[in-house]
Amino acid sequence: MKKFILDLIVKENEHINEDYFVLKLTSNDKLPHILPGQFVEIKVENSPTTFLRRPISVNFYDKELNELWLLIQIVGDGTRKLSEVQVGDTLNLILPLGNTFSIPEDKNARLLLIGGGVGFAPMLFLGAYLNDLGYRCDFLLGGRSEANMVQLNEFKRYGEVYITTEDGSMGEKGYVTQHSLLQKKQFDMIYTCGPTPMMQAVASYAHKRNIACEVSLENMMACGFGTCLCCVTDTVDGNLCVCTEGPVFNITKLKWQI
Amino acid sequence: MADLKVKLGKLQLKNPVMTASGTFGYGTEYSDFFDISRIGCIVVKGITLRKREGNAYPRMAETPSGMLNAVGLQNRGIDHFIKHIYPEIKNVNTNIFVNVNGSTVEEYIEVAEKVNDLDRIPGIELNISCPNVKEGGMAFGVSCPAAATVVREVRKVYSKELMVKLSPNVTFITEIARAVEDEGADSISLINTLLGMAIDAESRKPILSTVTGGLSGPAIKPVALRMVWQVAQEVKIPVVGMGGIMNARDAIEFFLAGASAVQIGTANFIDPTVSMKVLEGIEDYLNRHKFNSIYDIIGAMTIEG
Repeated sequence: MKKFILDLIVKENEHINEDYFVLKLTSNDKLPHILPGQFVEIKVENSPTTFLRRPISVNFYDKELNELWLLIQIVGDGTRKLSEVQVGDTLNLILPLGNTFSIPEDKNARLLLIGGGVGFAPMLFLGAYLNDLGYRCDFLLGGRSEANMVQLNEFKRYGEVYITTEDGSMGEKGYVTQHSLLQKKQFDMIYTCGPTPMMQAVASYAHKRNIACEVSLENMMACGFGTCLCCVTDTVDGNLCVCTEGPVFNITKLKWQI
Repeated sequence: MADLKVKLGKLQLKNPVMTASGTFGYGTEYSDFFDISRIGCIVVKGITLRKREGNAYPRMAETPSGMLNAVGLQNRGIDHFIKHIYPEIKNVNTNIFVNVNGSTVEEYIEVAEKVNDLDRIPGIELNISCPNVKEGGMAFGVSCPAAATVVREVRKVYSKELMVKLSPNVTFITEIARAVEDEGADSISLINTLLGMAIDAESRKPILSTVTGGLSGPAIKPVALRMVWQVAQEVKIPVVGMGGIMNARDAIEFFLAGASAVQIGTANFIDPTVSMKVLEGIEDYLNRHKFNSIYDIIGAMTIEG
């Protein structure tokens, strides 16, 4: 897919809580087509400690509305500066970057989308995309506490939502892999994005039961389009760039100890 | 319109803006963003005799005004380049240099010999300054006898433009520069990355898998500028300056210090079109100051008066 460098307009900056915000971006021109799993590299202005662009997963893309959402967690000065942008401001993005999830042929396939933390972001877009194509899916969302459970009303539009929190403040107490849903229902395919230990636990669960599983990795990167070779992950084919060969990988390709 | 053509040895570049090895892939990664044939010379990612997997992740740490990398020359080897990449890039209408690396002198020679046979590659950049490999690399660039040996041996088998890329991690950069000039280098490029490191205070562990890595970006520009200035006064062959160039003004500073051409590196990651902005900015500067040629500003810094 052809990559673009574009100045996009901030249509909305929705602060969900003190850690998370959603930027809704648009353009006077037609946005390039974007697939779930893909990400953007966003330039941060006025942050002396932020030298590189920030890779951010696409949270939602609406072709009709010509709108692109980014769900961002405030972790450092760069993301804090992004959280302060105003409606009407422009942001410089490189997009679309990376690959996408694979979609099963069988429209009746039982699909589970597992998100953790800011890894919720691509799961919403994937769920919406699958829904459009006529698939049904379930969402299993995990986090430390209720404060991490963002965009629940959005998720509910596209499937059943199941929740775990580590402190038990919402849904079942524990980790996503401990949720009772996994005992009650069989799945044909699992997609996941979140902290690496969570994704590895999910991958292990899927591997042991022979369920196809794709994970979306979030390695540190400098460029986002395959030239710095910094974001590699160890695979059966050697070191591969997460930005171009991923961020989505089938777990059979990764050399995780699962 | 000022004349932007520069000469590196016998080779003429249409303009003095080059892209630095390891920051521009094989060029084609940037074709979505602009017409890469407008660049004066593209230096492709470092190539070794055999395939290298490079170092383990994490290989990168962001720093104030720069970044550390410890990629470790990941590449698929010279034969893969010749068979699969060269056919893709040989019709790009500009100069393409191969950045040549080795763990031993023999490996440098073998890669250089193979590149010498490629019609559309008019030059190599001999990398004796990679800080991220266990054997070879920077080891050749921090000692005068070692640098002299590798340049002398490669010169015997390589007949086209031979540029040698120097490491800043030395006490006397001019001595290394003179050693490679004496052995027949056609030009010198500098600086490669400065050895550095980063620690994660929370985990009390190094951020890079290799502990140390190479620092690049605007953080190193003053060091690069000083070294280019020192070397340009010391040698007769052209000097190609690099280190933290983010815009045309930075590039012009390197010309004034004595560089005949510049390489844009880390800035490509942040703005993939930066090399074109630098090129246009240099043209503007020359026109604004009513200079006829880029040569009017090379080494034109004046200290007295």
